[in-house]
Order: sequence, then structure tokens, then C-alpha cells
Amino acid sequence: MKISLQWLSEWVDVGSDVNALSHALTMAGLEIEGISSAAPAMQGIVVAEVLETHRHPDAEKLSVCRVNDGQQELQIVCGAANVRAGIKVPLATVGAIMPSGMEIKKAKLRGVESFGMLCSAKELGLAEESNGLLELPASLTAGQNLIDALKLNDTIFEINLTPNRGDCMSVLGVAREVAALNGRALEMPVQNAVAPTIQDIFPVRIESSGCRKFVSRVIRGINPGARSPEWLRERLRRSGVRSISAVVDVTNYVLLELGQPMHAYDLSRLQGGIVVRQARDQEQTTLLDGKRIKLTSDVLVIADDNAAHGMAGVMGGLDSAINDDTIDLLLEVAFFEPDAVAGRGRRYGLVTDASQRFERGVDFNLQERAMERATQLILEAAGGRAGPMQVTRTSVGQRDPIVMRHQRLQKVLGQVIPAAKVEEILRSLGMMVSSSDGRSDHWQVTPPSWRFDINIEADLIEEVARIYGYDNIATTPAPMVQRLRPVTERRIPAERMKNILIDRGYQEAITYSFTDPVVQQILFPDQGGLALANPISSELGVMRLSLWPGLVQALSFNQRRQQPRVRLFELGRKFSGDGQCEMDVLAGIAGGTLLPKQWGETARAVDFFDVKADVQALLDITGCVGRFAFEPARMAALHPGQAARIVRDGQPVGWIGLLNPRIVNALDLSYPAYVFELEISSTFVSQSPEYKEISKFPAVHRDLAFWVANDVTVEAIARNVREAVGSWLQELTVFDVYHGKNEDKGKKSIALGLNLQDTSRTLTDADVDAAMARVIERLAQHVNAQLRDK
Amino acid sequence: MTDTPMDIESFTAAALQDIALCNALADLEQIRVRLLGKKGELTNQLKNLGSMDPDARRAAGAIINAAKDQLTNALDARRDALQTIELERQLAAETVDVTLPGRGQSIGGFHPVTRSRMRIEALFRNAGFDIVDGPEIEDDWHNFAALNIPDNHPARAMHDTFYFADGRLLRTHTSPVQVRAMREMRAPLRVIAPGRVYRCDSDMTHTPMFHQVEGLVVDENISFANLKAVLHDFMKSFFEADVSMRLRPSYFPFTEPSAEVDISCVACSGRGCRVCKQTGWLEVAGCGMVHPNVLKAVDIDPEKFTGYAFGMGVERLTMLRYKVNDIRLYFENDLNFLRQFN
Repeated sequence: MKISLQWLSEWVDVGSDVNALSHALTMAGLEIEGISSAAPAMQGIVVAEVLETHRHPDAEKLSVCRVNDGQQELQIVCGAANVRAGIKVPLATVGAIMPSGMEIKKAKLRGVESFGMLCSAKELGLAEESNGLLELPASLTAGQNLIDALKLNDTIFEINLTPNRGDCMSVLGVAREVAALNGRALEMPVQNAVAPTIQDIFPVRIESSGCRKFVSRVIRGINPGARSPEWLRERLRRSGVRSISAVVDVTNYVLLELGQPMHAYDLSRLQGGIVVRQARDQEQTTLLDGKRIKLTSDVLVIADDNAAHGMAGVMGGLDSAINDDTIDLLLEVAFFEPDAVAGRGRRYGLVTDASQRFERGVDFNLQERAMERATQLILEAAGGRAGPMQVTRTSVGQRDPIVMRHQRLQKVLGQVIPAAKVEEILRSLGMMVSSSDGRSDHWQVTPPSWRFDINIEADLIEEVARIYGYDNIATTPAPMVQRLRPVTERRIPAERMKNILIDRGYQEAITYSFTDPVVQQILFPDQGGLALANPISSELGVMRLSLWPGLVQALSFNQRRQQPRVRLFELGRKFSGDGQCEMDVLAGIAGGTLLPKQWGETARAVDFFDVKADVQALLDITGCVGRFAFEPARMAALHPGQAARIVRDGQPVGWIGLLNPRIVNALDLSYPAYVFELEISSTFVSQSPEYKEISKFPAVHRDLAFWVANDVTVEAIARNVREAVGSWLQELTVFDVYHGKNEDKGKKSIALGLNLQDTSRTLTDADVDAAMARVIERLAQHVNAQLRDK
Repeated sequence: MTDTPMDIESFTAAALQDIALCNALADLEQIRVRLLGKKGELTNQLKNLGSMDPDARRAAGAIINAAKDQLTNALDARRDALQTIELERQLAAETVDVTLPGRGQSIGGFHPVTRSRMRIEALFRNAGFDIVDGPEIEDDWHNFAALNIPDNHPARAMHDTFYFADGRLLRTHTSPVQVRAMREMRAPLRVIAPGRVYRCDSDMTHTPMFHQVEGLVVDENISFANLKAVLHDFMKSFFEADVSMRLRPSYFPFTEPSAEVDISCVACSGRGCRVCKQTGWLEVAGCGMVHPNVLKAVDIDPEKFTGYAFGMGVERLTMLRYKVNDIRLYFENDLNFLRQFN
């Protein structure tokens, strides 16, 4: 909200230090976001009177004027259409500096000398658009500096108001706050009642509890073409409001000055009488902005006998709006309950000056004053004859007192504040404070009619704190009760998981939780993600079913930036298709070369087993890697021959695999990539370690190599070896895999290294030979393995 | 082999010369064998002593043994010298360019937002706060109503909420975790809730998803003065600088009194610069005393218990700490960006 300090100073002493005032308001919760001047910098612009004008001898559109600049008469050539003898206009004298920085020089226009320039509002930076010269009030004196004459040496505060302070959405409201902060009195200008000159009234009926008071007045015979006075338009301009017509300008002016929204109807377009009522379901109305809307019964409307004319407290209707021909008016100044207005406009995408004030609460004692102010200004600007002020009300507003306890205040704030100070602060804010029988342990505090945000003791405590100054409240560390929370070893900290991947070359990524439905569909063609009703863009339209869509897009992003090697992981949440289940997962993507480009190592692409090693390192930190297995399995996102479901104790906990080439093509990836995903809660359950005796007896090592069919898994071989050897088997390694060629095609050779050891004795050759025989026999039986010749 | 004793003196001199001129360990060994080996020249001389009369034997023996000692010493010395030369040659041959880079895998790193989040968590954990979490898809009650933001409240307009068709929403702040924590853990409690939050907004300083850390302490004597203390300590610790802090009255429906937390600009130490828009202050968090209505909504007696709450944006704090000037960089996951935080 923009507020002019000049305007404000009519209501309260604002002091001379603009920065101090700005700081004081900011630290009281009225944040001053910007401080600017009312007019741009300019020099040498004075008020001048046009004495006579002649047509330029050689240019049809130029006039040669004689003007009085207060000291002498000057000849000025001017191109404006509205230049004429008798008006007062701004004159940039020779040597003047315009807001644009241009210096005015003596000039010759089509052979006629000109000693300066007559200015439009736009040229002076006082309007965005203007038509012709800025015509100044006749009351100004020629020769006056324009800055002084128009009081342009004004400062504009841009205030960022919080939603609770509807009472500050006006000059009056901010003035009250300044008064409270500076300990000054509010200098409320006297508002005289306008004496009616006609007796016309227009019937008003209130049929809804949403309207407590409806003040109205008929004004007849206004001049429809009248403009509001220059000073009023200038104030609107400084508040960021465009001038439209005398009546609209006045309603806007009263809104800005008092915070009271009001509305003017074209009386001739109203039928019968005014009814304030709830809308009927499906009832339609056309708003001022031309939008035709369908209403619901919880919307309050102002209607006449025929139809609703707009939404009460939000926007008037088009059908009864004033226009260039309006001569007779009905003015409305109402009090609508905040609950009756709140949120109604937003449903139709409307946030108006009126709705913002009504839904936050407008002083319920303000309507009569606002009506008198508006009437007075309209009569001044547009003439006309006013009828009597008509007040229709359903109840009298009043505020209930709130109990505030001194001790509670000090407990919540952690600061001692003397009772006298508390009372002083509350009174400065317009509260009625009754100190109870001289003892000051609590007060009865009645908030003023304009403070809708004060309803309970906590609200009062905040007010005291705010005016006392948050800076003046102590800074005291809270005493801390020592209590140790259980910390389980079963859960592995996220940092530990992340560090594993980081140490193996992965960068942590954070991708959006909503993703591109197209990409997600390519990865998971048979699942649908939960769609947002109002996504920020269609590419961020559905909740992710997996972290892969985001990681694949991050891969693609980096590929397009020529990254030859990408390792990314993310720990985050995925969402089931119905959004009922949120699950934290750790996912990764690996593509490009195995190692960063370097000397001495032959570059090769990362493969399944490189990434599997990364995943196994993650599983290792659980301390129970033996409970996990990788099972060949299929999923649409993955290459059918390079995909595994990861299980823990037989239960699925994750996936690993090569992105299906179909996806690499569809997403135009420049190289393939491996992905994995592990569910945090089911994967990363740690088993606390338990010591096992270390054997003192020597270990025996044997190597065995077998031919098996290609589809026999190493997992199956290992399982059988473990079964066959039993507890002696300390370690089993696969140290070579060779795929047969020619006559051995379709077979593979697996070379195993076995470490055998017993904890109670040294194993004999006979023991070991027998064990090897069992291995050979069992593998032959179960996986049809043939021992390779030595 | 003759019985005539050889001229030991000239023999020794010749042998010493051979030794001195020898340039290879293998050659030196041959010389040793020739002189002192089982069948060596000097060894033979010693063997011949047996056939001599005792007096001559004694005299000749002393001479031969002296020569043997002399030659042995010379051989050892020459061997040491040659070994040293040999070792130096080997070391020279094995020298590498130690400035060549090391080989193997490089390390990755944490996302900068995680970096901050971990620091924030560590600071509060040290102060006895528990870390709690809640769902990201929330219902209206937890995200708004329980936080004293009823339907049609103007504050809802400030939230730019993402909705789903069934009325559920993406949490717009971590404050619903307050509600859940109070319901589950009851008072007294001391928690922070870090996590993702969502607002329908996107520009240089806003992304539709970002991270907040919510803090909540509820106990029997918690005051606004305590809130000031914990926040100021936090800001100083997080920025590792003696920053000034001020609380500016503000409005959140779920706290009262409410405040915005400003710290002296960390880029210019409060002198005024582009980062703080010449004000010298940076808005970094919101906070306040828990509103009695919020305590009531979770059945905690606001007469007995008071509490404070605060919320801060992790991206914002991270931007200030690491001088990141565009929030959108966080979610592009450009490796050239991410690696700067390793």
C-alpha cells in the first residue's frame, strides 16, 4: 500500500525524520518496503499564466503564446491542443532541468523563437499518460515554483501490511499507528454533516446477518462530465490510483483516507428498492469488470427488486454502475461482516480494494463519517443536491472486554513490563482499559471498533510487545532439562548411506517431487501418478512414482552439457498413484565412463556390475548383507536381461538395472545409464554385530572351475557350494567368468576360490578332499556343472 | 703350483688395483673368488704353509694373513661402494613424476541444501532438539485449520497451495509437523522438522518446491525471550559470524506474538549492499509464540504450557552462506554446480 506522508501529516504529526518514521513503523509491524519521492527530480519549473495565443504562421498545430512567468512576459511556442489564454500551466524556463534530465534551452520552432516549454503531466513525470498541458488550479500564483505549488516535495511510503492489520489500510489507520508509536494525539479533522437539500430517499431492506449496517444517500443532479479537483487526483496518483471520474475518484479517495469501501449506483438503473440478501443458488450477475458470474447462496449480494447488482463488499454490478451520463446517484456505505465476504471474491479470481478491507474488518462506527465525507466531496466536485443520510441497521456493533493478566503477559514475553507502561500502550492504541480496583494484576481491556484482530488475551500481549518494542524484550536462553532420548542402532543414519555413494563418486541431486507425466509414463507405462489439480506447469504435473524420472532428466540435462560421466543419487520421497503412501527411497543413476578421464587407465563404460558394487556397498552397511539377494526380474523401465529385484529375506526392497533402450531412445539420451532404487525403511535396517570366534588354525585354499549352462546363476552355484561345504567355508569368491566359444557355446565357465577353516582343529587333506568331492557332486546334481580339466 | 713363496707384496698391490678398477658387483665377486675363494691364489699360499718349517711358516703366515685382511677389506669397501652406486641407479630409474594426478574414482558430494540441512540439524540436536517428520501430502486440517487458518482466511491467499482433485494438498510449510508432533509426543517437547514444502510460485527467488526447517518448543515456562535467544545463537552458529539479529513484528495465524527474523547482512556486515537491497538487513525466518488456539487444537492446555515456533527456508540460508544468486540452480542438478560444494 502506498501512503503519502503529506496526506498522513494532516492526521498526525509525522515528525521531520523520514527514516526514523520508517524504522519505527517497520519495527511495529508495518514494514516499509520502499520510500520514494512523489515527483521525480526537476528544476526550474514554475507556474505560468497563458496571456494570449496565436497560431504559428508556418505550422498549423503550433501556437505562439505570450505567458507570464511571474517576473516577465515570455514568448513560448507550444504544440498542445488545450493551450488557451487564461489557464495556468507548468512552464519549464530556459535552464530548467526536466525529469528526463533534458535541459531546456532557448529554441527556434519553425522560425519563431521560444523561451521555454509549457509542460504536460507526463513530461513532468506526474502521470503515465496525459492529453495536453497540465492545467493548474487558478488559485496558484504565476512564478511559484511548481514543486511548492503542487506540494510535490512529498514522500511516499510503500507499506507491506500483514493480513491481520486491515485497520491500517488507510491514511487514518496508519495515522493512528504513528500516533501510538510517537505518543502523539491523532488530529482527526472535523467532519461536518452535509445538510440535505432534497428529501429523496431510496428504500433499503437488510435480509442477511452478513450486513449489519447500510448507510445510503440519494444525490441528484450531478454534473456527469465533472472531473475531480486537481489536489484530489494528485493524492490518488500518489496512492497509485488512476483518476476516472469525479464520483469514482471520490469513492476511491474515501477508501484510501478512511479505509471504508463504498459504492455509487446510477439511481435511474435501480428498480424498487435495495435488498441486502444472500444470493440464490445459480443466480447470475454481471460484475463491473464485465464478467458474468454464477453465484451460490453463501455469497452476499446487493440487489434491487429485480436482480442482484454485484457481490457485496467485493465488486458492484455492471447494470447499475454509474457512467458518463449518470446524473442521479445512490451512495452506499455499508458494514459487511468479515465472514460474509471472506474468500468469496477469490473464488472468482477477484481480490479488490473493497474485499481486502471487508474481509479483514472495517470499523463498524465509520460508515456515517465516510458518507458525509464522500457527499461533501462529490458536491464540491460535481455539484448536485444531496438527500438525507439514511442508516439502515440490524444491530449495533460493540466490543466485549478481554481480561489481560499482568503476570501472564510477563510470562509469555519473558520480560518485566510495569503495569503503568502496559496501560499506557493499550490506551495509545485506542483500547479502553479499566484497571480493576487499583490492583494491577489484571485489566479489562475493550478493543476499539476498528481492531478486528484483537479478540483474546494473546492478541493484547502481542500489541503490548509490539509497541514496547521487540528489541526491548530480553534475550534469555531457556533452561534445559537433561533427558536422553533413545537412539537405536537399528536405523542407519541417512548421512551414512549418502556418504557411501559420495565416496564412490556420486553427487547428491535434489529433484522436484512432481514430475513430467510424459517422462514418468515412458518409464512406468502401467502406473499413473497422482495429478496436481493446479500444477505450475504441465512438466511438473504429477507426483513421482519413483525418483528415476527426476534422475533421468538430470542425467539428460548433464548429457546436454557434454558431461561424459554422470553419477547422481537422491534420497527423497516417492508417492503411490493414489497418494496414500509416501515412501522414502534412495535412488541413483550412473552413466558414461566408469572412471573420470585419467591417464594410465583404459576408459570403459560403466557396467551393471560396477553399479551393483555401489549398491552392495550400501547393503554392506546393514551388517547383514547375506540376507539380501538380487533376483532376475522384469520391469518396463529396465533392460529385460539386465534387471534385478533386490530382496531382503525374500521381500522386495528395491531394483537395479540398465535403463531400457526404448527409454534411451524416447528421451534422446546420448548414452545409456544404470539406475537403482532402495526403500529406506525396509532396506536399511541394521543388525547389531555379534562377535564370532576367530580360528587359530590354518586355512586351506582351493580353486575349482566348472562348466555350467549360461542360464545357471552364480547365486545358485554359491548356495550349493555353501550347502555342500558347511561351516568350514569361510570365504567363497568368483574369480573368473568365461563364456564358451565354438563347441562350448551356450556354456560358461565359473572359477571359484574357496577358503576352508575350522575353529577347533587343523583340517587335513582328507577333510578338504572330501569337502571338494561333495561340492563337485552337488553341483553336478543340482546345476549340471562339470568340473573343468585342470 | 710351486713351493716358492710368491712375491706377496706385488701380488697384493696388483690385486688391490684390480679391485679398485672393478666396476660391477659380478666382476668383483669373480675377483674375490680368484683371490680368496677355496681355490684362490692367496688361499693356495696359505695351504702351502704346511710344507714349510715352523719359523718360515710363522713369518710367511703373518705376511699372507695380513695381505688377506687387506684384500678382504678392500673387497668389502669396493662392494659397498658398488652397491651404493647400483642402488642409486635403480632409484633413479624408478623415479616417477609425483605431480601426475592420482588414479581411480573421484569423490562426489552432498547437495548444498543437504549441507545446510545437516548443519542445522546438528546445531539443534546439540541443543537437545529431536528431529521429526511428517507427510508431504497433507489434509486441510493439518496444513491450515489446526494452525488457526480457517477457511476463507486471508492468510490462505499468501500460501499459493497446490491441490489434488480430492481436496488434499501439498503441504505449504512444515508447520503441520508441529501439529503432528504435539499430538504424538505431547508437551513438553523440543523438536525441529526439516523437509520439503510446496508453493505454486516460480522466479529467481522462488521455486515450487523448497525446504523448510520448523522448530517447536513447548514447555511450562517458555517465553519470547527464550525464542530470541535460541534464534540469535542459531544465526551466529550457522553463519559462523557475530551477526546481529532483530525481530520485527509480523503476522502468522499460528503464532502470537509473531515476528520476522532479520539478521545483519552477511554479505556487507550490515553496511548496505545489493544482497540486502541497501537495508543492511536480511529476512531469514519467521517465528513467534505458539498461538493458544493451536495448543487447544491438539489438547494441550495453553494455561499450563507455552511454546515458541520458528520456520526458516533452507535454500535461502544456503544462498546467503554460499553466495548462490539464483534459487533455481538447486534443482537443475548441473554437475558443474553440484561439484562446487564437494
